[in-house]
Amino acid sequence: MSIERREARQPWILLSPALGAVGLLLIVPLLFIVVYSFWLRSATGGDTAGFHLDNWIKALTDPFYRYILLNTLKIAAITTVLCALLGYPAAYFIARSKGNKMILLLLMMLPFWISYIIRTMSWINILGASGALNSGLMALGVINEPLQMLYNEAAVILGLVHFLLPFMVLNVYVSLEGIDTNLEDAATSLGATRWQSFLQVTLPLSLPGLAAGGLLCFVLGAGTYITPLVLGGPRDAMFANLVFEAIITQLNWPLGSALSLLLLMVLGVLVAIYNRYLGMAQLAKGLG
Amino acid sequence: MAAVTLGNIVKRFGSFTAVQKMSLDIPEGSFCTLLGPSGCGKTTTLRMVAGLLDPTEGDITINGRRVNDIPIHQRNLGIVFQNYALFPHRTVAQNVGFGLKYRPIDKAEAQRRVMQALELVQLPHLADRYPSALSGGQQQRIALARAVVVEPDVLLLDEPLSALDANLREDMRVELKNIQKRLGVTSIFVTHDQSEALAMSDQIIVMSEGRVEQVGPPEEVYNTPASEFVARFLGAANILEARVTDRQGDALALDVPGFARVVIPRSRAPKLGDASAAKLVIRAEKLKLMPADSTDDAAIMIQATVEGVDYQGQAARYFLRVNDHALQAINMIDIAPFAPGDSVMLRLLPRDCAALPAS
Repeated sequence: MSIERREARQPWILLSPALGAVGLLLIVPLLFIVVYSFWLRSATGGDTAGFHLDNWIKALTDPFYRYILLNTLKIAAITTVLCALLGYPAAYFIARSKGNKMILLLLMMLPFWISYIIRTMSWINILGASGALNSGLMALGVINEPLQMLYNEAAVILGLVHFLLPFMVLNVYVSLEGIDTNLEDAATSLGATRWQSFLQVTLPLSLPGLAAGGLLCFVLGAGTYITPLVLGGPRDAMFANLVFEAIITQLNWPLGSALSLLLLMVLGVLVAIYNRYLGMAQLAKGLG
Repeated sequence: MAAVTLGNIVKRFGSFTAVQKMSLDIPEGSFCTLLGPSGCGKTTTLRMVAGLLDPTEGDITINGRRVNDIPIHQRNLGIVFQNYALFPHRTVAQNVGFGLKYRPIDKAEAQRRVMQALELVQLPHLADRYPSALSGGQQQRIALARAVVVEPDVLLLDEPLSALDANLREDMRVELKNIQKRLGVTSIFVTHDQSEALAMSDQIIVMSEGRVEQVGPPEEVYNTPASEFVARFLGAANILEARVTDRQGDALALDVPGFARVVIPRSRAPKLGDASAAKLVIRAEKLKLMPADSTDDAAIMIQATVEGVDYQGQAARYFLRVNDHALQAINMIDIAPFAPGDSVMLRLLPRDCAALPAS
């Protein structure tokens, strides 16, 4: 075998374990789900194999599903905006702090050491009828009976922000770290105030990080089902809850498959839009 | 009138004192260089004038106005950074025009001044490019254009040439100096490169460990160093222990045992005073190597042995021995350099020597 051929093969040999894992654990199951989504659930309990569009027609036309899908995107969007507003200043502070940045980043990562479910459940102890906040306010005499703070949309958004904020902070932090601090000094020396130089220089240069963090928050937020399950009320279901409901509760695998593929496609389109936008931004940065 | 003055400036970072009691007058329109090794406080000083750092003590004035409490964006300065610090998301024209947005200038006038600045640095054809498409030398010129377009009171240059390669650095040195002269803007230049400082400055401020070692025009700093540090930092110098044996009128006789007796003018030893212990400073290029049988009644001739030769093309650096003194000499090569082991005659003119106090 010639050296060139061996060298041409080498990357594929090195990639093969990863490709094998991705293929076996992601692509193949996904194909199963695609096939499943065209099957039919029969009244007897078994599934009928075949090529039927019934599940897809139901998923695309049922107004309830459409309402939940739009609600899911709305909650994800609100969460993303809140994460950006809360996360950017935090990331800026960490990136510009003169102390030990590693410790600050570690503190931010600390919640990841605790299970996501536990972290979500902990809000019940804070916001619940006999939670910390209500008992505190009642002890102070501010209120006479507990406020209803749980099991509504606000609680779901709060839980999601809690979960997703580190993703935003990390992405923005990385992009801020990559910006030369001399740029802000140069801008202020030319007459811009600190705030103007932030708006003119630092913010535009950190937009790729903000966009990446935003995409991550949005996709993870739109795909969540634990947070609405634990913190939301019956009307706060998100799209992943429908999938859960169809598959686990109703044992209707074909419909659940179609619904999960629908969510996957919607989010896929959003990622594609982002990719195109960022691709253009990168191009603009490189060429002018 | 001094354009920039520093009065007893002290800068401390925690327990570390970066600048100690520094006072300085920088005349209007002059090109002054803060020269010193890294960590000597030169960049800290520049950043204090810029307003990027606050002095711990002391006053900074620009055109007679105390600027300590004036924020950087109101100081009307131009800064050129070592790494250029061009805005990567703005075109060259937008970069140059950045400072004009914050001044009461209408758009047409701003555009005219941007083009004028780009013509000054000879790059008007690059107005619509982005910085990433420019070479290092071009980026440096754009950074300079951006700094001068606002007609600053003071131009601050923080090692602006050190990121360029050697040939380009020498070209930019000449160009930078020409532009400064043409604009007549008071400039403070920071460098650790003694040849840059000597070539460009009206006035050199040699710094070491947060203190000013010497202030003066290039020839004075070079020829009459005020301290051993200055003598060693600006080029290669031989520094020999000497005793003052005689003082007569303007003449000062110094005896270096095992080397020579040298009579120098008093003006070459301004710091010596009445001390009897001294140090004789001889620049390496002032020791001229000649064949062993040479004579010259107008000069001091000293027998020496060549111990090593560092060939540099047009010149050579010789490592010499005279009794127990090790010396260095840098000479232009005439035909062929002397070889190790050669016996030579060193020719030295007393007026090329300087003397320092011993301690």
